Amino acid sequence: MLSDWLYIAIFTGIALFLPGVAIFLAAVLSPKKPDPIKTSTYECGMETVGEAWVQFKVQYYVFGLIFLAFDVETVFLYPWAVAFNKVGLFAVLEAILFIAILLGGLIYAWRKGALEWV
Amino acid sequence: MSFFRDPVVFLTQWLNGVLAGWGLPPAWVQVISFTIGGAILATGAMLFVTILIWGERKLLGRVQDRYGPNRLGPWGIFQSFADMLKIFIKEHITPVGVDLIPYNLAPILSVAAVLMVWSVIPLSMTMYGVDLSVGLLYFVAVGALGELGIIMAGWGSNNKYALLGAFRAVAQLISYEVPMVVSLLVPVMLAGSLSMNEIVKQQNIWFIFISPLAALIFFVTQIAEVGRAPFDLVEAESELVAGFNIEYSGLKFGMFFVAEFVHAFTVALIFTTLFLGGWRGPGAEQYPLLGFIYLMLKTTIVYFIAILMRGSLPRFRIDQMMDVNWKLLTPLSLILIAVTALAVKAMQPLSPWISVPVNIVLNLILIYLTQQLLVRYFKRRKIREVGSRNRPVARLEEPVTSTAESEGSL
Repeated sequence: MLSDWLYIAIFTGIALFLPGVAIFLAAVLSPKKPDPIKTSTYECGMETVGEAWVQFKVQYYVFGLIFLAFDVETVFLYPWAVAFNKVGLFAVLEAILFIAILLGGLIYAWRKGALEWV
Repeated sequence: MSFFRDPVVFLTQWLNGVLAGWGLPPAWVQVISFTIGGAILATGAMLFVTILIWGERKLLGRVQDRYGPNRLGPWGIFQSFADMLKIFIKEHITPVGVDLIPYNLAPILSVAAVLMVWSVIPLSMTMYGVDLSVGLLYFVAVGALGELGIIMAGWGSNNKYALLGAFRAVAQLISYEVPMVVSLLVPVMLAGSLSMNEIVKQQNIWFIFISPLAALIFFVTQIAEVGRAPFDLVEAESELVAGFNIEYSGLKFGMFFVAEFVHAFTVALIFTTLFLGGWRGPGAEQYPLLGFIYLMLKTTIVYFIAILMRGSLPRFRIDQMMDVNWKLLTPLSLILIAVTALAVKAMQPLSPWISVPVNIVLNLILIYLTQQLLVRYFKRRKIREVGSRNRPVARLEEPVTSTAESEGSL
């Protein structure tokens, strides 16, 4: 069991190491001739106006919140799904009730207009 | 002979024997053999995908009625290696004002997030990184790391388009994660385990035949997760210049593409593992190498179906994409879970000869109802007309005759 996670740890290290080393090697091998025009912010080819970290659409935030609620709640369903073959019909009905509450939340958000991309 | 039956176990045992023969303690033997195995797996994944890029470009070329790469080597097979070599020696331009830590970490993290998934995928009966008991949850968790890479790239680039692309990407990726996580409950429920190996072993009947709708939802969400057409708003080049990776150059830019291609193949692999029986096939238990070949064949078919979709569908608008996810896939997957759970539970004592067809019929009914609802919705919806049918246009009956006069007045 513990050796499983050892493998995951080692593999994570390798997965970070491979692209890291590739980029490092490329950075060493590639030419380096920066000049002020080349290193200016590209954007769309026009001269940049103002700073980059601008205000953004509030809708992203709303969707972020809905996602958070849903993702956390669906994770609760995983233990139930793993034990699905062992639990009785009652537990299944309870889970369906849980899903119905989730659906209710979705319909609420829908009716309130949180799912509209305006 | 045992080498050809199962090369991986044979080589691992041989390696462990050699290392133990040198007098190393068992813990170190394990660490070293894990490191070598992991390095081979990760490198193999990346190299295999390099070849697949060629296949993808060739197929896309055929879809678009051209040859695709055909210069380097037979059928242009060395094209992607040449591209790799080229991008390797390109200059790394670091624009002014970037936030250096997120900017440089983002490409590495994008690739790592995708590669890490490979450690839990069973490639054959005996060939897998690790048989993690929470493998599927690990896949969901690690998959979310890619979004972190994208938002770091967008935020660190000091560029409005990059930031906008990153926001779009993250909005799309996190949204499509909800139906993905919900539809993944179906294989978990049917197999009664989160371990990928266990899910493959439980598929005496492929899960796509028990729940085609779950497979369909998972497939669509995975295409969205990769960010490919028709869900390629992330790098909508006509709107956002290039999306979150505008300010990158050289291999840092290339790494995002490596990540995308590896991701596209990985999701096909996951789809095969969860719904198409993974490595299972005739003789795969006796000859694990055969199982690996089956898995690759199935995965390549899924992958090329995704590419054909990429080649033939136009891009969604962002509000349409959000609507498809939140108003169609999410409620549908929740209803599917409830229906499947109830049906499977109610028919548990019955033989699979009855329960499997009933499940398929239930799935087909759900698909039909959804389709009917969509048709009714689109019939009722009014499409606002932009412009008018009787817009004044230049007509032949009233030709412009003022040319001669204006010449005269000059």
